Amino acid sequence: MAMPNRPPRGVAVTASALSLVLLATGCDYIGGTGATTAGRDGAGCEPFEEWSDVEGGTVTVYASIRDEEGERMQRAWQDFAECTGIDIRYEGSGEFEAQVQVKVDGGNAPDIAFFPQPGLLTRFVDSGDAVPLPDGVAERAREGYPEDWLQYVEHGGELYGTPLGANVKSFVWYSPGFFERNGYEIPESWDALIDLSDTIAGDGVKPWCAGIESGEATGWPVTDWLENVMLREHGPDVYDQWIDHEFPFDDPKVVQALDRVDGILRNPDYVNGGHGGVQSIATTSSQDGGLPILDEQCGMYLMGSFYAAQWPEGTEVAEDGDVFAFNLPAIDEEVGTPVLGGGEFAAAFSDRPEVVAVQEYIATVDYADRRAQEGAWFSAHRELDLDALDNPNDRLAAELLRDPDTVFRWDGSDYMPAAVGSGTLWRAMTNWINGSDTEEVLGYVEDSWPRA
Amino acid sequence: MAFDIFAELPKLLWLVIAVAAFLAVIGVLLVAVDGGPRTRYDWWQAACFLTPAGILLLVGLVYPVVRTTVLSFHGPGGDTPVGWDNYVWMFTRPEILLVLRNTLLWVVFAPLLATATGLVYSVLVDRSRYESVAKSLLFMPMAISFVGASIIWKFVYAYRPAGADQIGVLNQLVVWAGGEPRPWLLDGPLNTLLLIVVLIWIQAGFAMVILSAAIKAVPAEIVEAARIDGVNGWQLFWRITLPSIWPTVMVVLITISVQTLKVFDIVRTMTGGQFGTSVIANEMYGQAFRYGQLGHGSALAVFMFVLVIPLVLVQIRNARRTREAQSL
Repeated sequence: MAMPNRPPRGVAVTASALSLVLLATGCDYIGGTGATTAGRDGAGCEPFEEWSDVEGGTVTVYASIRDEEGERMQRAWQDFAECTGIDIRYEGSGEFEAQVQVKVDGGNAPDIAFFPQPGLLTRFVDSGDAVPLPDGVAERAREGYPEDWLQYVEHGGELYGTPLGANVKSFVWYSPGFFERNGYEIPESWDALIDLSDTIAGDGVKPWCAGIESGEATGWPVTDWLENVMLREHGPDVYDQWIDHEFPFDDPKVVQALDRVDGILRNPDYVNGGHGGVQSIATTSSQDGGLPILDEQCGMYLMGSFYAAQWPEGTEVAEDGDVFAFNLPAIDEEVGTPVLGGGEFAAAFSDRPEVVAVQEYIATVDYADRRAQEGAWFSAHRELDLDALDNPNDRLAAELLRDPDTVFRWDGSDYMPAAVGSGTLWRAMTNWINGSDTEEVLGYVEDSWPRA
Repeated sequence: MAFDIFAELPKLLWLVIAVAAFLAVIGVLLVAVDGGPRTRYDWWQAACFLTPAGILLLVGLVYPVVRTTVLSFHGPGGDTPVGWDNYVWMFTRPEILLVLRNTLLWVVFAPLLATATGLVYSVLVDRSRYESVAKSLLFMPMAISFVGASIIWKFVYAYRPAGADQIGVLNQLVVWAGGEPRPWLLDGPLNTLLLIVVLIWIQAGFAMVILSAAIKAVPAEIVEAARIDGVNGWQLFWRITLPSIWPTVMVVLITISVQTLKVFDIVRTMTGGQFGTSVIANEMYGQAFRYGQLGHGSALAVFMFVLVIPLVLVQIRNARRTREAQSL
């Protein structure tokens, strides 16, 4: 059976021949305008001399950092890339946590990925996909960063990541002007914090703001509350046992900590200034949560150092400005005031020379300083130039991290297995805010802990 | 940054190259088919055109189904066999049972209400003066993506404390009626029903268009004969219209049911599965990709697949019966 309206053979041949010609010339054109050769010998390349024998190449970097923040980060390594001729291809994704797994499974792993959760990185260490840091990189990481930071990416005596940016999650934001006018003092102990809350409440203002809505991550700010209190109430050793699941999640120690949080977050006299009742915490986004501080509708908001970016334009973040932050005070004098925080770890999935060069470079203080100069960033690097930090709160946080007396602990839920840390724990805390019983929600998390 | 046509030229060139490459491949294929063996020509031609589709089906459908099924019997990393553990987990964990219950609510309410709304609407506006305008009004949400629709409805349900300016339509209505505003999306199972409303809003237009076409296809003689026999509008609908369009109603119901089973965007956008609103598709994505529980996610996927199969079978049987009826 012949098709009645089949095109004549000549037409098909001409069409495909023509297309092939077009294809060939097009490729030629694009090939000609390809990558420009980098100015390897240009001025300003001295800091990168040690990588001068790297033969260029392409390194793919994948992370969750996007938009303005992502551009600042790329500007910080631009000189390095130009001088060494390494083409760093950066991709930032809002779906990093889910997609990095897909990429690795699909044999399409990035050369380097920035993990905000060491727990997620552990998954790739266990599966053998992540490459341990080469000696040169590991050495730099150990020189530059305190042991508090590296313990989370050390598996079997090998380091798997270098710390990058940092944030501090035990900041309590407040308005210095509001405090001063009313004679409130920054509390030095938990009891003083509660007294202050009562005083503010007595003056007719809700002392606390809170907001935990964050799409499917709703609930995470409560986990920060719980971790901060666990760390302050029981000390870093118990905290480490807790996140390693050496005692059950519904242990009386955890119940005690969550009860303490209960005293603030589920206390109708304390929350939720400017937003509504206790339940409004669940529908208020974590970004909007602290804004009523500016209108003096609430006094304090516990949120990470990164909250500095959420204040409306023109808000002065400074000790004598519109808003500033203090470290959540100590509960137990013997434990003192540890700092809870987070950041990213750069881990690699391949070990070509150009990849190692990039890893080495981003572990240097030169990179940290350049990134800091781009603004709104700090790290735990021991030699970071504090004068390069333009936000006073970044400076405060960086000083806290650098202080040798500071005990630092990583955000526990980012270290726990993802099924708990970014799954059931968020859900449990959301339900808890919504009115569920403390022991019931903790038991629910305990039941969901993956049995290996 | 202003649009610079010259800066965009390379992209344009890539586009031209891609189109040219596509034409080249098709051209070569046509030439090859044309120049094939003269004997068994039909077979040769059929094979040439079916092979690409067949390969795509194998790679894109059959292989994933088999692999997902295999994974559902393995642990979190997909390498240690665990037998039926993942399925046991699915039917014993309270939060997953909640997910299953929510999915059931969706499958029961969304298709029924969407189809009923579309049916009632198309009967009401049928042959009325402003029929086309009325129909396009209901059809319009179809043009909005699920995510877009979810964002719109998120505003409808938005909550501000009593005394503050309400930005959500629903709460403003409540306030005008003298009530207290409430956080609609927090309380289950009401919140799941409120999410279902979004799907109905989107799908009712689809149901209306298909059913309206079916109603218009009911032979005028039958309707006339019934009228002469003295039926009223109500009887006409139940005795004539509905039985005549019944196969179409089934097709619409089943199509929307399949849509509903895999609903994901609405839940993810509006609540992220929090406040007890998660459904199977959302939970599957979370377990497999976010929590690193590949086995759990795969088991949920397989379960969803099993749920869809009977619907598809009914659909196929329906289509075949309709075709047979037409060929008579």
